Amino acid sequence: MTNTMDDIETAKAILVIGSNTTECHPIIGLRIKKAVMNNECKLIVAEPKHIRLCYYADRWLQLKPGTDVALINGLMNVIIAEGLADEEFINNRCECDRYDELKELVKSYTPEKVEEITGVPAGDIREAARTFASAENAAIIYAMGITQHTTGTDNVVTLANLAMMTGNIGKPGTGVNPLRGQNNVQGACDVGALPNVLTGYKPVTDAETREKFEKAWGVKLPEEVGLTATEMMEAAAEGKIKAMYIVGENPMLSDANIRHAEKALKNLDFLVVQDIFLTETAELADVVLPAASFAEKEGTFSATDRRVQRVRKAFEPPGEARPDNEIVADIAKRMGYEMENVEPAAVMDEIASLTPQYGGYSHARLDSLPDGESLHWPCTDAEHPGTPILHTTVFTRGKGWFAPVEWQAPAEQPDEEYPLTLTTGRVLWQYHTGTMTRKSEGINEIDPNGKVWISPDDAAKYGVENGKKAVVTTRRGDIDIEAKVTERVPNGVIFIPFHYTEAAANVLTNDVVDPVSKVPEFKVSAARVKAK
Amino acid sequence: MIKVEIDGKACEAPQGSTILDIAKANGIDIPTLCYDPRLSPYGACRLCLVEVEGARALLPACYAKADDGMVIQTTNEKLERIRKTLVELLVSDHPMECQGCSKSGRCELQRLADKYGVTESTFTGEVHEYDLHRENPFVMRDYNKCIMCGRCIRICREVQGIGVYDFINRGFKAVPGTPYDKPMQETPCEFCGQCISTCPTGAIKARPYEDRGRVAALDMLRNACAYFKMPEEDMMKALGLEGWVTRTTCAYCGCGCQLDIHVIDNKIVEITSPLMVGSGQGNLCVKGRFGYDFVSSSERLTKPLIRKKGKFEEAEWDEALDLVAKKLSETKKKSCPDSIGVFSSARATNEDNYLVQKFARAVIGTNNVDHCARL
Ligand code: SF4
Ligand code: SF4
Repeated sequence: MTNTMDDIETAKAILVIGSNTTECHPIIGLRIKKAVMNNECKLIVAEPKHIRLCYYADRWLQLKPGTDVALINGLMNVIIAEGLADEEFINNRCECDRYDELKELVKSYTPEKVEEITGVPAGDIREAARTFASAENAAIIYAMGITQHTTGTDNVVTLANLAMMTGNIGKPGTGVNPLRGQNNVQGACDVGALPNVLTGYKPVTDAETREKFEKAWGVKLPEEVGLTATEMMEAAAEGKIKAMYIVGENPMLSDANIRHAEKALKNLDFLVVQDIFLTETAELADVVLPAASFAEKEGTFSATDRRVQRVRKAFEPPGEARPDNEIVADIAKRMGYEMENVEPAAVMDEIASLTPQYGGYSHARLDSLPDGESLHWPCTDAEHPGTPILHTTVFTRGKGWFAPVEWQAPAEQPDEEYPLTLTTGRVLWQYHTGTMTRKSEGINEIDPNGKVWISPDDAAKYGVENGKKAVVTTRRGDIDIEAKVTERVPNGVIFIPFHYTEAAANVLTNDVVDPVSKVPEFKVSAARVKAK
Repeated sequence: MIKVEIDGKACEAPQGSTILDIAKANGIDIPTLCYDPRLSPYGACRLCLVEVEGARALLPACYAKADDGMVIQTTNEKLERIRKTLVELLVSDHPMECQGCSKSGRCELQRLADKYGVTESTFTGEVHEYDLHRENPFVMRDYNKCIMCGRCIRICREVQGIGVYDFINRGFKAVPGTPYDKPMQETPCEFCGQCISTCPTGAIKARPYEDRGRVAALDMLRNACAYFKMPEEDMMKALGLEGWVTRTTCAYCGCGCQLDIHVIDNKIVEITSPLMVGSGQGNLCVKGRFGYDFVSSSERLTKPLIRKKGKFEEAEWDEALDLVAKKLSETKKKSCPDSIGVFSSARATNEDNYLVQKFARAVIGTNNVDHCARL
């Protein structure tokens, strides 16, 4: 997030797009509701499903899945046509010729044309654009509904265009705010658990960066960008990757097109999985290493608003389970590399010494923060107070860069054989692959099994009954799953949460990826459904 | 900034602060029951009445904004007499069976009753008898212990934005209930447990800890708090057990809510969130508050496993680690470092992730390292 969670409450307008915030990020959901209830904030929700936030919304733009770029371009079209852009911000902070290009491109996205693509009435598009652009400060909040498309990168870039054009960046209650799906996605990225960058987003291809780390680690480092998770799966299927070490991930439930992932993992010569449970992925391993849970170790997580916070050990891990850091260091040692720092506090010091954004963090400093205070990175030295809001005076690259993009349809379109659009996501009660929540008695009493959501009209059309089993099929496979007939999904769209191994949505999803971010298109697959 | 005097102490505060805000900031204790910093002031319990020089009536400190130059008395004989009477009235219709109540030790009414030396009320009259509501797995309601402060109603409405509760029935029979007294799972309730966290008495409790997770040691603690009239934290300190609560960060979504994990015998017995701290400000969601049974699940892995002849067999750490190191070294040598892939985890700590990517790059020699940010 460019801004913080606390900051959301001060916004006068919020656009929530591709995020079912109250279910997937409940506490941020509270902040949004509070802005609406206490701060006269106008909420615009852009989402195909009826989500709870719609009850609090000034306007709900019920767009068709995968038409986000068109919708945002449409909003910008209105903003320009009605003279609502923040010319001063554009002139002072952005590359103006890029803005001219953007203007040119969005010209054709008239509300009427956008209505045809997205299904959102032209009048609503106009009103939403006015609300957003004329608010004193307006924030954009998005999540996987934006990124999990073949056009995910385009979606993000388009949202940035909208924020810059209306001057909604770098001040309180504004910003482009992605909500990271898991407790420490932010941190894992920050500390370099990515194939193209080392810690602090420094490219592995940059010789100077490598040199710095080579000096610190005492080895020569590989120069070429590595493979992403999805590419590694592909390479495993092709036999190019022969061994895998998987720490705390469960691709057998979280990957798009699970059957393919299964084939890939089975094709490996050697698979080692380190986890707290025998997950669907661990079942396929040659060696399984028992790890400590978050309550059994020391460390830090970085929340979605760049707030680095302590994780503390409450008790010992069960049996012989051990914390990840010790296991990794032990394997390294056996392979002839002695890790200098293994204890979490010392590892944080090492991170701080190599990562400018994290330069001011140490466990001791975090432990001595007064209650209620947080440190958001960049936090460059031990005195630095942290940076709650990014880009307050300049952008990372200097001047803001508008990147106009045309809308492109999702990879799979409904057709005669697969007439419905399947979209996936989470529900409030469960978390990701269910490894943790599905072991909670109470939660499973409330939410025992997965369901496919289908509109009453579609249910009647395909002979599916509420509470009865249905079969959902896509080009990848099929699953049996209970039907939930609900008006919360529009005609032509079905929704399946992906938490449940016995009715795994990702058997169905399309593993085609965004060319830049390599995120699979979880949010749109063509599907059909029938009664079982 | 404005300047006021409270109990003879000169205090400074930003414009718009309530008397209670200023008193709190200056370490002056004013008793309250219907107050919660997460909620807008309500002024119903009247316990926080204070005397302001020149004012015609007593003012509720939680509600009244301080003016520059105000001279305030938070305690004197008259105020204390009023407070004692109010507590007596509440106690008259409250079963003071603190031993055995899971709120004992942190119950706000219990603390006030102890403070004012009220054990039994001098008022006698009709008392309520309600059945326990335990129809759902999370929120248990015992209206016999309700003091009608309305905090549950307000938090559900103001903070959670839902509004499951409202006062139902009239007069003496009024309680904060669900519409038509429906079971909570048939209302839009999200089981966030915010109502549990704000209820000052034992009227709304967390069922997983109240019912199923009952731990003998915890019962003893509650009883001891009631018997010795001691708040929980003082009791734990006296027992040398203040370390039973660990402050940490939720392991579910990226909101990073702060958790206080209460642990007895290596088991999580309760999760709460510190008030006005971190992103949640004391609020949590159903996963953060109730979703942690997995930690002590019997399905946890406790020994390394090695597949032998197609089946998993338990192994010693040395054997497992040797095997992993040997296989990875072999693959690295026979093929190349890039024929190995490493998945790190968005659920692991920064420190663990750092070591895993260091392992991939420095030990194996590949940049094939990623995690599920994209999934
Ligand atoms: S659990 Fe949450 S949603 Fe349910 S009644 Fe209590 S405060 Fe309201
Ligand atoms: S308590 Fe809920 S909202 Fe808070 S971090 Fe945990 S999962 Fe997220």
